[in-house]
Amino acid sequence: MTTETHSTTEHGMSNAGYVRIAAILAAITALEVSTYYIDLGALFLPSLLIMMAVKFVIVVSYFMHLKYDNKLFSWVFYAGLILALIVYGIFLATFHFFS
Amino acid sequence: MAIIERPASTNEVATVATPSSSLGALKRPVATTGWKSWLFTVDHKKLGIMYSATALFFFIVGGLEAVLIRLQLAAPNGKVLNADLYNQMFTMHATTMVFLFVMPMAAGLANYFIPLQIGARDVAFPRINAFSFWALLFGGIFLNMSWFLGGAADGGWFMYAPNSGPIFSPSHGIDFWILGLQLAGIASLAGAVNLITTVLNMRAPGMKLMRMPIFTWMQLVVQFLLLFAVPVITVALFLLSFQRNFGATFFDVSAGADPLLWQHLFWIFGHPEVYILILPSFGIISEVLPVFSRKPLFGYPFVVFSGAAIGFVGWGVWAHHMFASGLGPVSVAVFSISTMAIAVPTGVKIVNWTMTIWGGKLQFTAAMKFAVGLIVLFTIGGLSGVTHSVAPSDTQQTDTYYIVAHFHYVLFGGAVFGLFSGFYYWWPKVFGKLLNEKLGTWNFWMMVIGMNMTFGPMHILGLQGQPRRMYQWTEARAGEGFFNLGFWNTFASVGSLVLSTGILLFLINVVITTRSGKVAPLDPWDARSLEWMTSNPPKEHNFDSIPTVSHLDEFFHRKYQEDASGQMVKVKTAEQVMQELEDNADAHIHMPSPSYWPIVLAAGLPVIAFGVIYSIPIAIFGGVIVLFGAYGWAIEPSTAPDDDFDPPATTKDVVHVG
Amino acid sequence: MTSDSHADGGAHSSTGLSNNKLGMWLFLGSECLLFGGLISTYMLYRGRVGAGPRPSQVFDIPFTSVSSFVLLMSSLTMVLAVSAAHKGDDRNTYLWITVTALLGATFVGGQVYEFTAFYNEGMGFTTSLFSSSFFVLTGFHGVHVTVGIIMLMSIVGIMKRSKVPGSKAETVEMIGLYWHFVDIIWIIIFTLIYLIPA
Ligand code: HEM
Ligand SMILES: [Cu+2]
Repeated sequence: MTTETHSTTEHGMSNAGYVRIAAILAAITALEVSTYYIDLGALFLPSLLIMMAVKFVIVVSYFMHLKYDNKLFSWVFYAGLILALIVYGIFLATFHFFS
Repeated sequence: MAIIERPASTNEVATVATPSSSLGALKRPVATTGWKSWLFTVDHKKLGIMYSATALFFFIVGGLEAVLIRLQLAAPNGKVLNADLYNQMFTMHATTMVFLFVMPMAAGLANYFIPLQIGARDVAFPRINAFSFWALLFGGIFLNMSWFLGGAADGGWFMYAPNSGPIFSPSHGIDFWILGLQLAGIASLAGAVNLITTVLNMRAPGMKLMRMPIFTWMQLVVQFLLLFAVPVITVALFLLSFQRNFGATFFDVSAGADPLLWQHLFWIFGHPEVYILILPSFGIISEVLPVFSRKPLFGYPFVVFSGAAIGFVGWGVWAHHMFASGLGPVSVAVFSISTMAIAVPTGVKIVNWTMTIWGGKLQFTAAMKFAVGLIVLFTIGGLSGVTHSVAPSDTQQTDTYYIVAHFHYVLFGGAVFGLFSGFYYWWPKVFGKLLNEKLGTWNFWMMVIGMNMTFGPMHILGLQGQPRRMYQWTEARAGEGFFNLGFWNTFASVGSLVLSTGILLFLINVVITTRSGKVAPLDPWDARSLEWMTSNPPKEHNFDSIPTVSHLDEFFHRKYQEDASGQMVKVKTAEQVMQELEDNADAHIHMPSPSYWPIVLAAGLPVIAFGVIYSIPIAIFGGVIVLFGAYGWAIEPSTAPDDDFDPPATTKDVVHVG
Repeated sequence: MTSDSHADGGAHSSTGLSNNKLGMWLFLGSECLLFGGLISTYMLYRGRVGAGPRPSQVFDIPFTSVSSFVLLMSSLTMVLAVSAAHKGDDRNTYLWITVTALLGATFVGGQVYEFTAFYNEGMGFTTSLFSSSFFVLTGFHGVHVTVGIIMLMSIVGIMKRSKVPGSKAETVEMIGLYWHFVDIIWIIIFTLIYLIPA
């Protein structure tokens, strides 16, 4: 094999594509910050959490190439992430954090 | 690189590196013999031996600590240790046994045997491997230096608040404990990344996941557990460090903190940790039982999947260590049920082992004896485990000797017996000589008797209400007749001496074998897996040519084939199988080259740790060492360039490893 | 297993994937549990302010929004560096790496400024459980960013002297993965710690 084996990652996206992704991220961030100034009532918490998750997934999928890379990478990373969410979720629940 | 010993018949298979320079900094080490060849090695086999030797040393240290504990409790009003020393003793005993004996021993065996079992020539990151070892060794030494610098840690191995606070533990012991464990944690984490990558990426052609030897499988599960559990204790240890050294109050109730925070973090790590301790041994006996029963492992996929299931469910039971801490009824009920559930995959394994032996042509070698010993003793420990999964009953048992009995049956009867089984099984592979079987038998029986004498009575002591971690007992409250605490305490203490004698017999066996042991034949046990398909000890590059794997138990299937009547009959000797590999030997193999940087980088870590305790400038100096090591590392290729090798080889026929 | 394969861990692995990359992703999976623990600790203690200030009294949302934005954009420049490295375009690789490091430094500078401001407002490390857990969490993140900056600057230096063992592009990609990870952790911190009031 030659040195340039990582053709998959290059298929990922063009530089213009990256800039578009960054623009989307910036826009979401602007929305996030705006929740600080606008009263969204009951929507406040869920909307922030959703925006956070969307940003997270976008960076991981596009900037970190997980979307284009081998599934094994996604598997090991999301295994850690989901385990953390579940374990620490239960942990906080035992402190009645959510009630 | 070493000139590799090889049968005179084969072509040249490896070459010596004579680097001209190592990129401006230091010249690469080239020693192939003597202490330098060990200090700067990146060879997974040497490192495996170094890990195991370190572990064995700490086993002796931890064992002496245990004997002191039992001497103190042998008679009423014990005077061997004072209360303070007693606390240090049980804390350091447990810490040493868990973190400095069982874990490194399992890591040593993993290091040595995973690459061999999957048909690789080294691990994925040889230098990280060396770094892990040094970090562990320095961490272990650092931890034990506290004995001489004002006293060791004394808060128990789970270091609950408030005992971990400066009021109850003013010495530096706990600081040494925290930082020593951080170093060991770094080692485990780096090791986990390394070994998982190795298992996934370095398998020989045809070595599908479901063809991997079971020891490798169990280690894979263990490494994933380490990968995800170590960072949790890292967080806990950092918080405690900040509390003890920088004035934070994370576990200080008077400052409004919740001491259960520590307990949760510790046991989120701690329960996966108990599987980190036991699964390697499960893997070992799953190799040993089939070999000495002359049958394949019964239900290989079940053993694999139950191992993975244990690894998975093991994350959801941690709070069973906290039933008595006022978690609230819902939490207690949930964790009680999940704990009962985890006994199921464990039971599956016991069934599989039993079915493996069932109807086999059994050969009771020492390795086999220890393996069967594990099945029996671990089952006892597993059953007492189930009794404390029932929360109401656990509230009676917790913090008594009943718990001590439980975890010693699973840990000593389970993990340690498994490791001993592995010692006897793999010794000829590593050192080319067979451990004495007769001494092995004595070793085994002394350990079985000693272990049951020591830990068996603790069930009674515990149920009678003798608390853990109590430094003296008095005749006045010892009770009557069969349940007399005094009698059983003395009995257990005598047992601990029997047990120690058993272990001593092993050490004697090692010395005798090294001096005058029988040289092992190529395939002494008629084994089944790839690590036996190479010389004893293996050549530096493990295999002359990488085997192509087409079966589970590949080596067995190369030796045996089905005849017309469906019987497996031997068609080739091990020597013939080996010869086939040699005939196709790779002409030039360039192994990863020795390096100074792993040990340099690791040496910076204890310096930082000292600095955290005594003075920040020292820590900064340690940081500089780490940075220096990291730079040297970054600019040095893992394998020296081809023209640094002697004789120079044309790139065409060179095989690069790592 | 032939020719110049040793530069490239992936060339002959059983999965066809690079060792380095797999190792990095495993490490990042592990880091999820590290930051998870720190974030959970903060969550548990964020309301326990004792006599010290409450989060909403000290946080300066406009300021932190700007520095968050800076870090987010550094992910863009990082990905541009990786893409240039894959094309073998050294000039742009150096350029974008340098910009990334500068943006990262701006973020860390902002953090230092913010910490000083908090301290002046009476929120020291030991003031309350809230302050301790806040500083530990954001401090850990800051250290991660700093390590990233050091790696970025070093790799430029090392590459200019053309001494990177193995594939340059892969090395840059590796640092990139780390850098983005640090960014996504901040995405979480920004929302959970700053925007959602205790
Ligand atoms: C059948 C499976 C098992 C069950 C149901 C089980 C259950 C339990 C429970 C509920 C406790 C807490 C008791 C208390 O402190 O009140 C405990 C303690 C313990 N278990 Fe197990 N266990 C099992 C297997 C294991 C294994 C495989 C190991 C290690 C190899 C192990 C090692 C320990 C240790 C070290 C402790 C004591 C921790 C301490 O307090 O210092 N257990 N077990
Ligand atoms: Cu447990």
